[in-house]
Amino acid sequence: MISIENVQKSFKNNEVLKDISIQIEDGEIYGIIGQSGAGKSTLLRCINGLESYDQGSITVDGNLINIRDKKSLRLQQKKMGMIFQSFNLLERLDVYQNVALPMKFWGIPANTPQAKEKILKLIRLVGLEEKMHQKPRELSGGQKQRVAIARALVLDPEILLCDEATSALDPEITKGILALLQKINKEMGITIVVVTHQMEVVKQICQRVAFLNHGKVLAVGKPEQLFVWPKEKEIRDFLREESDKLPSSGVNLKLFFFGEGNQRPIVTQMSQELQTDFNICWARLEDFREDVYGSLVLNMQEKDLERACAFLDSRNVTWEVISK
Amino acid sequence: MSGILSGAGMTSVVMKAFNQTLYMVFWSTLFSVVLGFIPAIILTLTAPDGLKPNKIVYEILSFIVNVFRSFPFIILLVILIPFTRMIVGKSIGTTASIVPLTVSAIPYIARVFETSLRETNPGVIEAARSFGASNFQILMRVYVKESIPRMLNGVVLLVISLIGYSAMAGTVGGGGIGDIAIRYGYQQYKTDYLIVCSVILIAFVQLIQMLGNHMYKKMS
Repeated sequence: MISIENVQKSFKNNEVLKDISIQIEDGEIYGIIGQSGAGKSTLLRCINGLESYDQGSITVDGNLINIRDKKSLRLQQKKMGMIFQSFNLLERLDVYQNVALPMKFWGIPANTPQAKEKILKLIRLVGLEEKMHQKPRELSGGQKQRVAIARALVLDPEILLCDEATSALDPEITKGILALLQKINKEMGITIVVVTHQMEVVKQICQRVAFLNHGKVLAVGKPEQLFVWPKEKEIRDFLREESDKLPSSGVNLKLFFFGEGNQRPIVTQMSQELQTDFNICWARLEDFREDVYGSLVLNMQEKDLERACAFLDSRNVTWEVISK
Repeated sequence: MSGILSGAGMTSVVMKAFNQTLYMVFWSTLFSVVLGFIPAIILTLTAPDGLKPNKIVYEILSFIVNVFRSFPFIILLVILIPFTRMIVGKSIGTTASIVPLTVSAIPYIARVFETSLRETNPGVIEAARSFGASNFQILMRVYVKESIPRMLNGVVLLVISLIGYSAMAGTVGGGGIGDIAIRYGYQQYKTDYLIVCSVILIAFVQLIQMLGNHMYKKMS
């Protein structure tokens, strides 16, 4: 378990992390999200001691991460693999040698049959057995990130830290990488912490997320809870919620669908029952992992509002009047 | 008759000089690469973006490197005469000229290696740190390993400029191709010597450059 308590950090006079407290459980895929500059990468780098923090505490399985205690930090770092946005492979080493590199830092001979078997297994896991002896410059972005993932797993970590790991990749390739991360989480039981500003990543793999804004944790929870009905303006901005192009006459009513919501013909039923017309002016349905979640904005006349709300309540649909 | 004699004489003179050039350039390159590597490592470590940033050490060392680099070689040659005598026991001759050649090349190689090392992708260094690599491991397995082709390019440049400098070493009795070109070709108006020496130097530089390019491609 990663336990972050009241962590504070400043770069000179700029406070980048303010009183951050987060608990990350074993075996989960946890997202740290927010706009760029929110402090999420800094927080991730504090977890494995690439960066120090000024106040508070970070513990991994009960062991304090302290950048000044080099010996114990090193042992902690062994338990945490890390991948990066720019892949960070050694240009002069081929795929196999890149994967083997962390072993060399730990004095583990990489030429024993067991070590070779392990490296090969990881290269197979990420699907690069045919590229084994190619250099990074001969690989595509997605392939490079796959090498980096294999490298991050070679010391048998319990945790995998991903710093904007898919931000430099196109959507199709991102999907593949995310599927791989999910597989690693499921099959190897590795806890994964992803830092990202991409909603796709959150939706596809994160089981829980912390939303960071200007160095503060604004909200923590399941992504579907956080993003289907966000109350915080910052999260709405992040999601680029409705707002600017809604009709200015009448009232705008927003309906929320959690999981099963899209199975029922709510809008047409309401229209028939109330014997009036609605203008559907904004909608979004999204897959969060397995389920579909979403929201819908209806524009209606002021006089229909009360009846509409009563109808929605009777069907257990969550709603909200959008204030102008 | 005299033409044939002159030809036979020229071959042996030029061959001897070429060997001297090779000898001076080889040893001064070897010594300066070994000795220049040390300040290059210190500069890389203590640079603002290094593993152990230390402004004072970096600035002082950097200043010393600049001072030695700003001496014109011909002046360094003269200033170093006592030092040369101390090291090799004499201040004249081919072996003696290796000393000023090396001294002038050390700060050059230090700077070239420093630049090469510091061009290492900082992300790769960070990745190594994230796996628990020690500073020494990062230095050898990441910085040096990743920089070898760039450093090799620097050595090629050094060899070529040492060929040029070794011509000046002729003034302290160092001999070599350049010395022959000046003494026979220029001072004694023997144009054939001048041409032969120039052609040899051109071919030699081309060869070194081609070899360097080939190795760069193979290594990177």
